[in-house]
Amino acid sequence: MANKPRTLYEKIWDAHVVETRDDGTSLIYIDRHLVHEVTSPQAFDALRISGRKVRRPELTLAVPDHNLPTTARRDAKGARVPIADPQSAAQLEALERNAPDFGIRYIGDADDEQGIVHVVGPEQGFSLPGTTIVCGDSHTASHGGLGALAFGIGTSEVEHVLATQTLLLQQSKSMEVRVEGDLPPGVTAKDLILHIIGVIGAAGGTGHVIEYRGQVFEDMSVEQRLTVCNMSIEAGARAGLIAPDETVFRYLKGRPMAPKGADWDDAVAYWKTLHSDVGAVFAKSVVINAADIAPTVSWGTSPEDVVPISGSVPAPESFPDESKQAAAKKSLDYMGLTPGTPVAEIPIENIFIGSCTNSRIEDLRAASKVLEGRSKADNVRWAIVVPGSGLVKRQAEEEGLDKIFTDAGFEWREPGCSACLGMNPDKVPAGERCASTSNRNFVGRQGPGARTHLVSPAMAAAAAVKGRLTDVREL
Amino acid sequence: MKPLSTVSGKAIPFGAKNIDTDIIIAAEWLKTITREGLGKGAFQSIRASDPDNVFDDPAYAGSPILIAGDNFGCGSSREHAAWAIGDMGIRVVIAPSYSDIFSGNAVKNGILPVVLPQSAIDRLMEVAREGDPIHVDLEAQTVTTEFQDRFAFEIDSFRKHCLLNGLDEVALTMERDQAIGAYETRRTTDQSWIMRGTAA
Repeated sequence: MANKPRTLYEKIWDAHVVETRDDGTSLIYIDRHLVHEVTSPQAFDALRISGRKVRRPELTLAVPDHNLPTTARRDAKGARVPIADPQSAAQLEALERNAPDFGIRYIGDADDEQGIVHVVGPEQGFSLPGTTIVCGDSHTASHGGLGALAFGIGTSEVEHVLATQTLLLQQSKSMEVRVEGDLPPGVTAKDLILHIIGVIGAAGGTGHVIEYRGQVFEDMSVEQRLTVCNMSIEAGARAGLIAPDETVFRYLKGRPMAPKGADWDDAVAYWKTLHSDVGAVFAKSVVINAADIAPTVSWGTSPEDVVPISGSVPAPESFPDESKQAAAKKSLDYMGLTPGTPVAEIPIENIFIGSCTNSRIEDLRAASKVLEGRSKADNVRWAIVVPGSGLVKRQAEEEGLDKIFTDAGFEWREPGCSACLGMNPDKVPAGERCASTSNRNFVGRQGPGARTHLVSPAMAAAAAVKGRLTDVREL
Repeated sequence: MKPLSTVSGKAIPFGAKNIDTDIIIAAEWLKTITREGLGKGAFQSIRASDPDNVFDDPAYAGSPILIAGDNFGCGSSREHAAWAIGDMGIRVVIAPSYSDIFSGNAVKNGILPVVLPQSAIDRLMEVAREGDPIHVDLEAQTVTTEFQDRFAFEIDSFRKHCLLNGLDEVALTMERDQAIGAYETRRTTDQSWIMRGTAA
């Protein structure tokens, strides 16, 4: 095996095989487990019922994010503001009880470090290159931006990892998405990943782990890489990966849970070996030309339903396969769109800047740059910015970004998943549109009947200013 | 977990492609801290928007089989989707493909995700629409009808074993405690920084 060229995925996989069974499944060691309030209560309950312990509590980090309101969590006296929805309150209480009961480090709802799990993991240095990272959330793929093998799991698997620190898995196949050339000015990591999903389709990566390769990714900041890998699951891939490099090492150095001293040097030496070997074989390979990409928006109810901002709403008949034609017709009905309408004429009533895809400091800087000295259009009824963590929020406030947002008519919120998923109080009303920096435009995702258009942070800001989907490069 | 060997009965002729787990069970239903009672929230947006939907059609009430389209269960990792389908009384889903996470969640909840090509799905949709029964035999790995249709399917042998015997995967893995311990010892010696986690 030592001589056979391997992909980055195969290297990380091989390093985590505890044993391989006769039936071909492998017991894979899990280095990092992120836990939030929504997909964990049933797992902790199952441990209690069977009298099981958490095998390695120090390899798990718990933080609430999905269900928390993004309004103030403490009043002026420091007392907790009660969560109005009793079910949401019960879920938060369950995590607050379960974490200490099982010896797991817990970041509380009003702590500075609190935020969306996929923002918190990298920010704390808990997520590291070459590690296996899981969480009961499909956007765990994000951490692949650091060169970690990171993927979402169900609640039974959460229980399995808590009890055994392993998962029984079939190895996925390696898939390469190679991007050639440079992105044109004004085109971001979000536009790139939306474009990629449009090319390979919502099931194009099923059964595979995608490695993103090319100069474009090497030139990206860690934040941008996290955005790209985050949406790997929207292409059906189990995980997304970008080989770790100096940019990643610089980002991680000195973070609270990152290795220190001699450990740091050992870790970096190991991380430098984490890249696909020359001659490694990918089961599937897709080549994308970066120069072809424009700011990209979604028009339908699957993340593969994307067009450049200069494009139009497609006609269902324009799709070759019959079931896609039927799906497109349903999507257009749901979205209230007519084929042939230029997407830049679609009016927008709601703006959401946030989510594990686009709530990091660079995202907020990109949006605020567009908004500086401008205001949201009159037809934009609701515009919110939800920083990915308390630390992102504080950093943004130190840079004065919050002021730019509030001057432009945005609400400046507390960290959490917010309007990405229609679970907490932040929802888009039925029949209204939202230009959203999140990752899913599914039916009802942002609230029953809500119509989502996925965009980059700069494009969300541009839509706010014009009150319609707009090419940010024209502002 | 309830063992599964053969399932026979009517099937719900659904067949839609790219059905995401938000459609199977909306986020609003994820606030529960138990696994029960999610069937009434299943496919809510479809039930609300289409009065003729297959889920509320009395002709298919109580069907233990669901026929679905390509990429079924894509999107969120929520196991609530499998819990909701199980709570509807469904033991078998038949589709051309599934998201990786959904098919794993299904098996862990005693639901068999059968993969068959689109041509077989089209035929089974016809049979199901007529209200005729479909027979699924996990041991033999076949789906048959009363009209001499016979479709063989593949399933990984570990999943098959777990489903046939209703096995708890956690208990199985805990029996491998020694192997896991040996791996951890090796790791702690060679790369102790990985094992520090939140204690770094």
